[in-house]
Amino acid sequence: MIQDLLFAPFDLGFMRRALAGCVALSLAGPPLGVLLVLRRMSLTSDGLQHGILPGIALGALLGGVTAGGMLPLWPMALGGFVAGLAVVLLAGWLARATGGREDSQLAALYLLALATGVAVISATRGIDLAHVLFGNVLAVDRAGLLLMAGAATISLAGLAVLWRPLVVESFDPDFLAAMGEAGAVWHLGFMALVVLCVVAGFAALGTLMSVGLMMVPAVAARHLSLRLSGQVAAAVAVALLSSLLGLMLSFHADVPAGPAIVLVAGLVWLGAMLLGPHASLRARLAASRAA
Amino acid sequence: MVTPPITIEGLTCRHGARVAVEGLSGSFAPGSLTAIVGPNGAGKTTLLRTLAGLHRGHAGRIDLGGLKRRDIALLPQASALDRSFPVSCGEVVALGAWAQLGAFGRAPADLPARVAAALDKVGLSGFATRPVGALSAGQFQRVMFARLMLQDAKLLLLDEPTAAVDARTEADLVAQIRAWHAEGRTVVVVLHDLDLVRALCPQALLLAGSKVAWGATEQVLTAENRLRARLLAEAQTGPERRKAA
Repeated sequence: MIQDLLFAPFDLGFMRRALAGCVALSLAGPPLGVLLVLRRMSLTSDGLQHGILPGIALGALLGGVTAGGMLPLWPMALGGFVAGLAVVLLAGWLARATGGREDSQLAALYLLALATGVAVISATRGIDLAHVLFGNVLAVDRAGLLLMAGAATISLAGLAVLWRPLVVESFDPDFLAAMGEAGAVWHLGFMALVVLCVVAGFAALGTLMSVGLMMVPAVAARHLSLRLSGQVAAAVAVALLSSLLGLMLSFHADVPAGPAIVLVAGLVWLGAMLLGPHASLRARLAASRAA
Repeated sequence: MVTPPITIEGLTCRHGARVAVEGLSGSFAPGSLTAIVGPNGAGKTTLLRTLAGLHRGHAGRIDLGGLKRRDIALLPQASALDRSFPVSCGEVVALGAWAQLGAFGRAPADLPARVAAALDKVGLSGFATRPVGALSAGQFQRVMFARLMLQDAKLLLLDEPTAAVDARTEADLVAQIRAWHAEGRTVVVVLHDLDLVRALCPQALLLAGSKVAWGATEQVLTAENRLRARLLAEAQTGPERRKAA
């Protein structure tokens, strides 16, 4: 009975591929998500996942849909990456040029990008808009798996190199600037890694939830540890657990896999926010009683 | 060889179209301890940030007297940092060794001992592994002072170092500022408490957008100069706020 519950889903090849892809996303995304939270850029990832859509649409248009209805993954991923970087650079440049805030420029840009992407996809024959927006982790093929594993490898290696300056810049950007370090270079490198993981996430979770495994575990981790290493470890653990339980829920309860994974992560976040050891409602209540 | 002073000539700093500091000229002698005082919005923080190389929107000339970037240490206002950030006291203090660490360098073998010694000196022995989120405002400021110790800078720029700390911490921090001054370092400190300025700083700069007075503290902090600074500040914060030329 328990064996059926736990292992039966993964007797199937597509479920094993889905799990492998989610493990790659769970290892690479959450550390970036933790840094995004600490840099007060949580919603930037949300903007980016919409911002990549025009590039994905153009990639599909130029790459051509195969006779079997298969989407051209690599042109779409490349287009998404270029579009994501363009959105990041444009939002930063617009904010500096107009004296406005980067997040408001990003909000306007991503809505524009979303509208453009939906318009291009709708006008392109052979592409299912719902598939691009919501993804289908159970349909991840070899190419999709390679994309996710490759993005995770590059992202983890890049993060290992950039970790120290990124953490210092997140905590005290003026200190780094006063030391003569080019904070903008670290920031841009970091955002390139975020865009890479957002594009990889699109292959499994679609453009509307591609950052689900990056952000929800990272937000939950804030309630689980006061240390950065602890938050990163907790976020990765939450993402891995959500992937596993989400796929099992999808298999047994016939729920779409992407939303099931994000829902499980959401439940963990809810539990951590209510009962976690740090900055949770329980912890605040206990502190106010003690005072 | 005589160390040259830090000289400012015709310095004007802008935030967009607003002028924060206008036409400032003067110099900080090597080894001097100078307070920057003035009403809110007088440009005190902007001046410190400009000296630290952090404020780009400025015109005029700053001669740092041969000091390099890494010879300068800035203590930001405590409110400028996120005290809930998940780092330990030891990690924050170790940042003071950035000149040796850099972005990718290996930590020197003696770094943990230097961090522990600095924490010990600011009265936080055994705090190296404690998260900064668990500290009081005063303890956090002590950690930042320990970081400054590791930086071992020739020019220290301190922005309101004693704001929102308890009396005992204030006394300890003031003693440390005196020690830096006695070691021959140049210290520029933004302060609001004029009694503390008189007790601590031989030199003072009274700022209200532009220079009101700069020199020996008792000659700067006269009632007449303070009234002039207040009137200047009120004129600048009114509807006819100055625009960039």
